[in-house]
Amino acid sequence: MTDAVTGATKSMETPEGLASVEAVLSMLAQSGYIATPEIATAVYLAHHLRKPVLIEGPAGVGKTDLARSVALGLDQPLIRMQCYEGLDESKALYEWKYGKQLLYTQILKDKIGHLVEDADTLDEALQKLNGFQDIFFSRDFLEPRPLLKAMEQSTGSVLLIDEIDKSDEEFEALLLEVLSDYQVTVPEIGTIAAQVPPLVMLTSNATRELGDALKRRCLHLHIDFPDAELEARIVRTRVPGVSERLLERLVAFIQAVRGENIRKLPSISETIDWARTLILLHADSLEPAMVRSTLNVILKRQSDIAEVSGKVEALLDSRDKAGR
Amino acid sequence: MERTLTRYIRALRSAGAGVSTTEAMDAARTVEVVGWEDRRVLKTALGTVLAKSVEEKAIHEQLFELYFSREAAAAAASESQRGEGGDPDSGQPGEGEAGGEPQSGDAEGGDEAGDGGDPVEALSALARGENPGKMAMALERAGAAAGVDEIRFATQSGYYSRKMMEQMGVEALEARLMEALGRRDAQGQADAEALMGDRSALQKQTRAFVEARFEIYGRSAQDAFMNEILAERSFGALGRSDTARMRALVERMAKRLAVRHARRRKVRDRGQLDVRRTLRANAGHDGVPFDIIWKIKRKDRPKIVAVCDVSGSVAQYVRFLLLFLHALKEKVTDLETFAFSAHLADVSRPLETLPFETAMRAIVDEVGSGGTDYGAAFLELDRDFGEVIDRRTTVLILGDGRSNYSNPRLDVFKQIADQAKRLVWLCPEPAPNWGSGDSCLLEYRPFCTLLTQCSTVIDLERALDEILMAYD
Repeated sequence: MTDAVTGATKSMETPEGLASVEAVLSMLAQSGYIATPEIATAVYLAHHLRKPVLIEGPAGVGKTDLARSVALGLDQPLIRMQCYEGLDESKALYEWKYGKQLLYTQILKDKIGHLVEDADTLDEALQKLNGFQDIFFSRDFLEPRPLLKAMEQSTGSVLLIDEIDKSDEEFEALLLEVLSDYQVTVPEIGTIAAQVPPLVMLTSNATRELGDALKRRCLHLHIDFPDAELEARIVRTRVPGVSERLLERLVAFIQAVRGENIRKLPSISETIDWARTLILLHADSLEPAMVRSTLNVILKRQSDIAEVSGKVEALLDSRDKAGR
Repeated sequence: MERTLTRYIRALRSAGAGVSTTEAMDAARTVEVVGWEDRRVLKTALGTVLAKSVEEKAIHEQLFELYFSREAAAAAASESQRGEGGDPDSGQPGEGEAGGEPQSGDAEGGDEAGDGGDPVEALSALARGENPGKMAMALERAGAAAGVDEIRFATQSGYYSRKMMEQMGVEALEARLMEALGRRDAQGQADAEALMGDRSALQKQTRAFVEARFEIYGRSAQDAFMNEILAERSFGALGRSDTARMRALVERMAKRLAVRHARRRKVRDRGQLDVRRTLRANAGHDGVPFDIIWKIKRKDRPKIVAVCDVSGSVAQYVRFLLLFLHALKEKVTDLETFAFSAHLADVSRPLETLPFETAMRAIVDEVGSGGTDYGAAFLELDRDFGEVIDRRTTVLILGDGRSNYSNPRLDVFKQIADQAKRLVWLCPEPAPNWGSGDSCLLEYRPFCTLLTQCSTVIDLERALDEILMAYD
């Protein structure tokens, strides 16, 4: 029987990309992610303190992308777990392969007469059986789900627990063991500890307040909308075809829109989409008519579109004044 | 330097950011990893480890600058001290024990005057700012000895300044000043003037030091205390100057309440098997039920219909109720607001679209005039907006029930009560006044699920807590 698979945690050697905050910055830049010093510091600390990072911020500022880029930069597998209401341990940690177990019992049924044939007494037969029973709950019948899978990676991994705020509170409690000790306990088998602790990132859109216990175990990173300069750098990296002139005007317009009184502010992902759209439409400058007809790319609510479309000229102008 | 960090964490805690012991240990490890050298890196790193929300991040940003600029000055002071005195022991900034004993003030004085002069001379020299590093050092020590970090109120700064000055040996200086004044000759007058100048310079610097400490350790304690007082004061007795603080307070309480009720529990009926879903889930296992699925009962989302009397006598209370309800927006997504005095109007729109103060003014202008008529208001509510009240609605009435002797229309009121899930009446008046004069509260009372006095923000929180509880 595979009792308590507590492999001694290998001493971690620091990958080159995590040697210093600057190294993290350049590693992320190479994977196409332009990070602020705050972001790089958080990733750096996450590795050196062996703590998960809880990333909060509005939708579309690159929370999920950060995890993807870190995995890419470190050349480690990204294991992603999307949270939703009703997510439970059988979908997050592990599950027993019921079908296989069922087959096993049937095989056992067929063979059992054969096996206990030579036993004279009931006691003897039982003793013989004892040797087989344990297989029923063994690693062979264990189906690893994302959390367990991340623990089992021998090369290390990046574990992304996406939109943790969407899950139930009970699920948070389930995560605590994984996040603080990097181990998973399967009652029938024992504790399975990570060989190399994964780099864990949790993202949250703050649709609900997370529990203190969870927050305490994590480093906290808040990613907000970037300033104009950073946003321009991000778009330049993501949409290489964009001309400098268009880029500058486009970013300025988005920054101005964020100052308006609208319900859903455009994020970086919207800026990138918009840049791509404008390139497809062969626009090389921002004309009010063009802006108006493509507003639905950056604004996702009818009332917001109505609000901004009345002010397109003013918003374009304000940029011109600021630019001069 | 470890002490520097623990003291910073203490400062954070007293500023209202919850830092647990684990986080403090993490902070120590963080410092080991990133080092003290780069202040910017240290700031973001500590922010990542210690501040766990946007609000706490803001506190950290502010406090880090306050704290570490002071700390840097103290460190510089200790450097210069070390350079001159060559005494490594005295080079510890903010070492609490350094000036722990009461007589250490004199000892310090003697120490400062290491180059042979008398303590008063040394103190005067310090006050004149001849050696800023030494002065900072002396302030640090005297501050630690006087327990300045315990400061909680701005009004205590005089007391602590004096205590610190005594620690630094100002009494000897004052004695000499008195003696000089007593001499009544030109030399005496000149001496006295010089000493007086030194004394006031010393006082100024000490005071500045204490005030800086207050910003770090005391400011939020004072805020908390003010809030506590305000929370128990009747809305009617609030002055104009309290409004801003009150608003912040209400918003914070609402947030706390929302968090408390954020947990929407799914009630699993343990005994009831959901046969269809269980069969479907286990079809792959030949119908052997590995996964058993129970029936789930979903809880209602809270829906509140607030009906507010905005006549002069109650208007102030209504402001805070509405403020509270709107701060609860996150939790109470379904909220209809009606205001009435002589007649009733739906005011949900203006409250949602306009800034709060403007909306309130518009509402009072629209319905706030004329004698209050509860009967007519209920009749209008039932006739024109009857459909907004359904089985999951809590009808929340805020008013004193003083209806100017008009017909209370109990029949209509009963119908509203029957239609709603619960009917809660909040009354600003204390219970003994209910039913006196033109108050019809006692007549309405049998139909209310809850009738309670609500005159302070604490009452308000309790009442809303109770209402939300019905939906948990």
